[in-house]
Amino acid sequence: MERNLHRQLANMKKSLFDQGYLDHEQFTQLEELQDEANPNFVEEVVTLYYRDSARLIQNIEQALEKNPLDFAKLDNYMHQFKGSSCSIGARKLKNECTQFIEYCKTGNGEGCKRTFQQLKKEYSSLKKKLEHYFQFARQVGPLEKACRPK
Amino acid sequence: MGSGSSSSSSSSGTAPNLHVLAVDDSHVDRKVIEKLLKISCCKVTAVESGRRALQYLGLDQLDGDKSPVEFDGLKVNLIMTDYSMPGMTGYELLKEIKGSSRLREIPVVIMSSENILGRIDRCMEEGAKEFLVKPVKLSDVRRLTDFILQGDEDHQKVGSRKRKLWDVPRSWFSTSCQ
Repeated sequence: MERNLHRQLANMKKSLFDQGYLDHEQFTQLEELQDEANPNFVEEVVTLYYRDSARLIQNIEQALEKNPLDFAKLDNYMHQFKGSSCSIGARKLKNECTQFIEYCKTGNGEGCKRTFQQLKKEYSSLKKKLEHYFQFARQVGPLEKACRPK
Repeated sequence: MGSGSSSSSSSSGTAPNLHVLAVDDSHVDRKVIEKLLKISCCKVTAVESGRRALQYLGLDQLDGDKSPVEFDGLKVNLIMTDYSMPGMTGYELLKEIKGSSRLREIPVVIMSSENILGRIDRCMEEGAKEFLVKPVKLSDVRRLTDFILQGDEDHQKVGSRKRKLWDVPRSWFSTSCQ
């Protein structure tokens, strides 16, 4: 029974990788940092990410309402956001950030706004999926090193 | 290298615990780098800005470089700093450290999410030990800590994957797009 739950959890994670939400290498790297002292390290990092980035998202939102747009500021905010998103392995989000930064470079305000709407959707969607994943992971309990899938 | 205990506060008694000063304005990145270092058996002090780093190192004094007697932090064996930070960049922090006779021997590693040749060159010219492209991996940290424990000479021999970028002739890059 327990192995079945672990397999379900592994499948959830695999689906996040396959659908491109998460970067396999980075997310796995984070999971490898978990140990008995910090069994929920990844969840803590992700929670921290969503807490910190909420402020950034708000700043970008406000900056996008200004006229004319301050592309240097937007670029700066987005670089910060991209950095943290990379750190947690958020692949789709990272790509949206890259796109946004490109639009900043060319001074394309409409492009920025459009990309940002898409980015917000990705951001919320990933949050829900990760919340669900971590909730399930807590129920399943810590994996024994012996049966941790490689 | 010591027992692979995740707790870094208690010394293993055999291998010395390196003390690393990590500087990054991103809370998320600070948390991750701290964990990477602790797992590699290092003591970690993580601060969020170049200013705070200089304060910790006893450099941020109005009348210049204070003597070690005034410095109450633990001896630092390695500094890992993010490049892009508000206020003082990692590059500026690097310059401050290399400009101090007391601190210039401490290896400084720059971390950046952007792989920009000019940036890398500038940092290496200013005396950075290494330039790591984020996200930083456990293998990067382990290589660094090994090098510090073994000494400089060994590191010269070990090829750094991250540095391959400028082993390639510069002309090759002028034709490739940004």
